Amino acid sequence: MLSLIDRRMGIFLAGLFLLTVAVPAGNLVLAGQPVPSYIVALLGKYLCYALLAVALDLVWGYCGILSLGHGAFFALGGYAMGMHLMREIGARGVYANPDLPDFMVFLGWQELPWFWHGFDMFGFALLMVLLVPGALAFVFGWFAFRSRVTGVYLSIITQAMTYALMLAFFRNEMGFGGNNGLTDFKDVLGFNLQADSTRAGLFVLSAIALAAGLLVAKAITSSKLGKVLIAIRDAESRTRFIGYRVEEYKLFVFVVSAMMAGVAGALYVPQVGIINPGEFSPANSIGIVIWVALGGRGTLVGAALGAILVSIAQTLFTSWFPELWLFALGGLFVFVTIFLPQGVLGLIESRFARRRKPAAAKEASA
Amino acid sequence: MSTQLLLDGVNRSFDGFKAINDLSLTVEKGELRAIIGPNGAGKTTMMDIITGKTRPDTGRVLWNQSVDLTRTDEAGSARLGIGRKFQKPTVFETQTVEDNIALALKEDRSVWATLFYRRSAEDTKRIGELLELVKLSHVADWMAGDLSHGQKQWLEIGMLMAQDPELLLVDEPAAGMTDAETMRTAELLRQIAGKHTVIVVEHDMDFVRALGCRVTVLHQGHVLAEGSLDHVSSNEQVIEVYLGR
Ligand SMILES: Nc1ncnc2c1ncn2[C@@H]1O[C@H](COP(=O)(O)OP(=O)(O)OP(=O)(O)O)[C@@H](O)[C@H]1O
Ligand SMILES: [Mg+2]
Repeated sequence: MLSLIDRRMGIFLAGLFLLTVAVPAGNLVLAGQPVPSYIVALLGKYLCYALLAVALDLVWGYCGILSLGHGAFFALGGYAMGMHLMREIGARGVYANPDLPDFMVFLGWQELPWFWHGFDMFGFALLMVLLVPGALAFVFGWFAFRSRVTGVYLSIITQAMTYALMLAFFRNEMGFGGNNGLTDFKDVLGFNLQADSTRAGLFVLSAIALAAGLLVAKAITSSKLGKVLIAIRDAESRTRFIGYRVEEYKLFVFVVSAMMAGVAGALYVPQVGIINPGEFSPANSIGIVIWVALGGRGTLVGAALGAILVSIAQTLFTSWFPELWLFALGGLFVFVTIFLPQGVLGLIESRFARRRKPAAAKEASA
Repeated sequence: MSTQLLLDGVNRSFDGFKAINDLSLTVEKGELRAIIGPNGAGKTTMMDIITGKTRPDTGRVLWNQSVDLTRTDEAGSARLGIGRKFQKPTVFETQTVEDNIALALKEDRSVWATLFYRRSAEDTKRIGELLELVKLSHVADWMAGDLSHGQKQWLEIGMLMAQDPELLLVDEPAAGMTDAETMRTAELLRQIAGKHTVIVVEHDMDFVRALGCRVTVLHQGHVLAEGSLDHVSSNEQVIEVYLGR
């Protein structure tokens, strides 16, 4: 376990730990509340994005699977959690119907659709947070990897997958709240979602999930299986000829990554208070790729860092010049691809390495 | 002796062009066999067919007189015990020389076994021996991408040996090697033949002579002649299409 924490990981986890202590303390304990509540929710959201970026880096950075549909797994995890939160509202909805969520009453439905059963139980919902994205990734990957769909074609069909899901979830008949999605949540496990203490708790949970996600990803990538993944990324055909069934390896890592994305989505939804089909939008999935590329592909920590930095920039930018954000993001992406192929993390590390020992930098770039 | 590999009436065309044309070939267990022939004769395609990369249009390909190789995929043929060295050396460039060997080492290839694999002292020893054999011990921790062309050839040979295959398919191993290295490769292949079956494709006639084995001449996807090097090189047709150029 300790062997998984190299310098890079150690520094990041230490920083994350400090944040995990300081933010709730600044919000709940210190006089004058130096950390306002909206900041807690905002930072919690960033941590979920960071976990999502780590999930993508696992498949893209290490196995060369450029998924442009990872937002779908995130959204499905989010919907699974959202369904539980809807059930927990109970009779406190606008229509005060103890058996049906408001949007179903509004549509005139008489009973709960079969796929909503069980979501009143928190444990069941948690299981679905993992199983639904995992199962989709399994079925999708089974066909795609077996038919040896790779490269751009794979990227396109992942994008098509999330687009198709978005259209499906927009429809009221699907039973997931259509356009409006799921919202007006009241509490989770009896804790009021509006309370500062609940928000701080969700923030801490997000930080723990991110740390766990990083360690799981690190354990996978530093095992022999991780080396097989890199071999597949760099020379897929060669890897087959030494006896590895490439499709099985891809399937494994794709499913693990989808589950990780699902967990990120499940933590995200109670913190933002809503999940709607917009989360499936293809642009979201492309955004994840940009986070990873900016932070440093194939570094895990870089992916997390990229997600956080870009999200901070987005929050600031959209409040100053809302119309310019997409141009700024596009420009930044082009800049990084051309000038910082190793991403922000690569830049930081080469700075430090150069200052300390010139030889080390050469080794790192080799 | 029993037959290791049998190709019988194999055909394969690409867009109407017959790359392999009624090819029949038998290789015995433990045999060392050289395949020569002009560019485009179908030597690499033949290896693609044996390893399941390319499916023949018609014909039989039998492994150990029982297993139908036209039904296996690349990983399947590797698991049966067919190892392959490519014409263009392909190693895992962003991984160390040692890791390249470790990845090829004969082990359980399933996802779970690979995920929980712990390197045993025995494996470490074996990797050390292989690195020694291909004279890459001093660069064991280099990235494979930083090796010279000749060193990559050796690394591929090391990876091939690491798999401990029953049959080795070796496509132009001497390209990019010095004369001394070429002779050392021939020596190595002669040593491992007997215990393993070896099929070598090579253009370098000195190398083929050094192998001192039965030679098959391929031309337009068909066997033109077969026998000792002296026998085939006195064949009129062979001189015309290949040696005489
Ligand atoms: N996948 C493919 N698609 C189309 N044509 C192919 C394919 N593979 C091989 N060929 C063609 O089949 C013919 C035989 O090629 P092959 O590579 O087997 O020759 P070779 O004997 O290995 O030649 P060399 O000595 O140049 O390596 C060539 O004309 C080649 O262009
Ligand atoms: Mg060839």
